[in-house]
Amino acid sequence: MVPTQYYLILSAILFGLGAVAFVVKRNIITIFMSIELMLNAVNLAFVAFSQSWGRLDGQVFVLFVIVVAAAEAAVGLGIIILTARNRRSLNVERVDLLKL
Amino acid sequence: MNAVISFLTQAGGFWVLTAIKIGLLLFIVLTVNAYLTWFERKVVALMQSRVGPHRVGPHGLLQPAADGLKFLFKEDAMPAGVDKFVYLLAPFLALTLSLASLAVIPFGPNPLPIKFFGHQIDLWITNPQIGLLVLFSITALGVYGVALAGWASNSKYPLLGGLRSSAQMVSYELSMTMSVVGVLLIANSFSLTEIIGLQDSSKYGFLAWNIFGIRSFTQIAGFLCFFISAIAETNRVPFDLPEAESELVAGFHTEYSSFKFAMFFIAEYTSMITVSALCSILFFGGWNSPFPSGSAWQFSHYLPSLILLPFGLWVIYDGIKYETIFGRVVLPGIGTAIAAIGAALIVFPSINEYVQAPFWLLLKIFGFLFFYVWARGTLPRFRYDQLMNIGWKLLLPVSIANVIITAGVVLLRSKP
Amino acid sequence: MSPQLLIFFLLAALSVIGALSLILQKHPIHSALSLIVVMVALAGLYLLMGAEFVAAVQIIVYGGAIMVLFVFVIMLLNAGEEEHTDFSKIAKYGGLPLALALTGLLATAMVRHGGAVANAANSDSLASTTSISMLLFSTFVYPFELTSFLILVAIMGALVLAQREKS
Repeated sequence: MVPTQYYLILSAILFGLGAVAFVVKRNIITIFMSIELMLNAVNLAFVAFSQSWGRLDGQVFVLFVIVVAAAEAAVGLGIIILTARNRRSLNVERVDLLKL
Repeated sequence: MNAVISFLTQAGGFWVLTAIKIGLLLFIVLTVNAYLTWFERKVVALMQSRVGPHRVGPHGLLQPAADGLKFLFKEDAMPAGVDKFVYLLAPFLALTLSLASLAVIPFGPNPLPIKFFGHQIDLWITNPQIGLLVLFSITALGVYGVALAGWASNSKYPLLGGLRSSAQMVSYELSMTMSVVGVLLIANSFSLTEIIGLQDSSKYGFLAWNIFGIRSFTQIAGFLCFFISAIAETNRVPFDLPEAESELVAGFHTEYSSFKFAMFFIAEYTSMITVSALCSILFFGGWNSPFPSGSAWQFSHYLPSLILLPFGLWVIYDGIKYETIFGRVVLPGIGTAIAAIGAALIVFPSINEYVQAPFWLLLKIFGFLFFYVWARGTLPRFRYDQLMNIGWKLLLPVSIANVIITAGVVLLRSKP
Repeated sequence: MSPQLLIFFLLAALSVIGALSLILQKHPIHSALSLIVVMVALAGLYLLMGAEFVAAVQIIVYGGAIMVLFVFVIMLLNAGEEEHTDFSKIAKYGGLPLALALTGLLATAMVRHGGAVANAANSDSLASTTSISMLLFSTFVYPFELTSFLILVAIMGALVLAQREKS
């Protein structure tokens, strides 16, 4: 039986790696993917708690998080495509002025 | 020696048995794939009033072996400027996912009467509670093989073909999963063996199959949606624009040669087999025979031997005419084996009873594969916008309507 | 070392390697592939915990739809490799310890407060789809309907963003 603490530590490690990726990378799509990684880390914590409590609320929450992440990815990628078309670059350091 | 036996009778034996089953299934499926290509070429040729392969061995039966050798010995060219890792990953991914989906397909309800060191030998590799969801996950991941192959080839036509094909697969995945929800409402479970079990035909015969649905509601709309979406999912005619020769050179696998192309090929035919198996399991009763059980219908139990015995004798008669070793020796040998199996089924009724279930399932899978090949020989292909229109504007609303109506009927017929 | 612990360590190592590869790869398509590996490893972990429906939904929705969307966008925008810029000295030498500090803080917070739950409920039972759906349609029916509305809004948003200019 795997103790719940192990899952929680893994979730914290993945969240930290996602946060580091968010800050370090400069391609806007990779930054978006690091947000998905952080959401996945939180999902893991939810399911771990659901197993340790013996209730299924955590897993239902995970379904909601997945749905919200899907909606966010759809709209966010649409915005990214438009921004990339206007600025002709995917580098976030070039998108630091409102002026084109 | 004693240590090996004690290891096998306990937990380790289960893993060894599973490994043996996986090896056997892979061998059988790859052989069936090879002869499926032969079957397709023969049937399409006969539909087009020509003969098909007939030079390489009697009736062209050695053609798959010749094709296999050709694939092995062709030059393996890697174009310049490709992303090597993704280029090599794509066919590997497609083949692995395609073959992995065979692991959850059950081929028969009863385990074999012999035991492997105390472990029961079921006629499936695994039977999870969420068997159908596992198949859908593998289908969902199958988009990557095509998309990455198109992108990694660093060339216009594969990229376009890959993008179009993956957009097509993602669109038809929706109607494919929705059309199955009617069956899930009736069966109340994702497990494939339970779905087959609920289509038990001992009383009403073939009317109990889900497509006629005498127990709850006919799933004919669901079946049509599922079958059409599955043909689109596997990129077969009439939905094969992304890999059509006259349109896009060869679509997403243009830049692949020799063994990597063969991997895509095998992946496509294996997914055809998986889809045929799913159709027969979900909608056509799986391993249930179309005849009810009862003394009046006992003759139907002799159908396997009725098919196998004359076929075996014909193979013997046909093989003797040829002069080559394959024709003179191997074919009559195969014919004798088939006839012997047919005769054994008449002589031993217990084996006959056991063979009934897998026989009917394999017959139905074969029927659906013939239908796939028939569609290939007959239908022209759709234009891309027509294809997407059918997926989103026709199949998806019909499958959603099927879910709503089936849910209503199941609710009305359920006992409070 | 029970087999479950062994599988846990394998899948955990796979997910951490995938996450590290997300950071260290230069081309966004390789980062996307690493993220898919992380998601499949997490689905394996969910299966290990007995959450089979959530594992299947994770692969179908996250791995088979959201990441496909990412791969499409990378292919369409023809994203190239990342350019090389120099970090400031503070970022290079102060960043890594701070990231480790963040992870350590999170881990201790979760373990200290989360471990208070009695592990006695750690049964090996699988969470069946039936029980999750019972919960979803009774206690959580209002958020469920709200998420369907949210998806509708997202579809409309994506359609509006993808329109061409009416010029």
